[in-house]
Amino acid sequence: MTMNYNITGYCSIRNQVAMVDDRLEHYEENFYTFADLIKSLYKKEEISYPKFFKMDGLSKLGFLTAEMLLKQKEKGKYQGTRVGMILSNSASSLDTDMAFHETIRDRRQYFPSPSVFVYTLPNIVIGEICIRNKFKGENTFLISEKFDSGLLYTNIREALDHGRMDVCIGGWVDLLRERYESLLFIVEKETNISPDTEQKKIEFCPEEIEKLYLKI
Amino acid sequence: MEELISKLKQEVIQQLNLEDIKPEDIDSDSPLFGEGLGLDSIDALELIVLLEKNYGLKIEDPKDGKKIFHSIRTMAEYITEHKKS
Repeated sequence: MTMNYNITGYCSIRNQVAMVDDRLEHYEENFYTFADLIKSLYKKEEISYPKFFKMDGLSKLGFLTAEMLLKQKEKGKYQGTRVGMILSNSASSLDTDMAFHETIRDRRQYFPSPSVFVYTLPNIVIGEICIRNKFKGENTFLISEKFDSGLLYTNIREALDHGRMDVCIGGWVDLLRERYESLLFIVEKETNISPDTEQKKIEFCPEEIEKLYLKI
Repeated sequence: MEELISKLKQEVIQQLNLEDIKPEDIDSDSPLFGEGLGLDSIDALELIVLLEKNYGLKIEDPKDGKKIFHSIRTMAEYITEHKKS
């Protein structure tokens, strides 16, 4: 029997705009650098998480997207070993790799930064989101040249079909210098959906994932 | 000593990205780890880098770290003592 899954929420951040479930959540009219935008969103969302400031840009972007996505969901619904994450991007951790390289480039000023080094893997963003939200399920980070809805669909579907998770937070979190875009969405089994999200659900298929990406 | 302590507080805030903390929020004698600023093991490594980069001091024996990085004051004392020699 083929199991049906649905997308029950999404959040995206790109071009100084943050959207949650088709709702404009944040818009910066004046030019903001990525760092300014992230700070502004953190304050606006009234998040209190000192570790946030120690994260690299990619983790900050993914973390904020997850915060905005999950804040309006039923508290405690998405927790534990049955919630997994499958994310992707194109730049991997290159933005942070370059920052780390800056600390070792000059042999006379050779001071490798441990706190930058620990973020020189793209999947660390998943770790930060999982720690914050107590997700303990399986996770994967995929790299593709450009946004690939089919790749995300196949991997998420496979994980859900094989019972490795009941809920998957999937999406795309990409950053390189001032080019940033993130899209996170929740995929869950038909049976897991609460009545309040019933009307908002979107069919989980590559076409709908692509549509969500094109909206950002 | 007080001048060095004040400078160190600013350097620690910058090095460890303690965004919401001002120098006056840091008690010179409070423990840096566990309580107080709640620093972690990666922060400890960053403090070692800070001593080397800004003061040219290398910690030869890792066991000394616990004592040196107990507080801002113990860091300042270590710098004062070892910069002289």
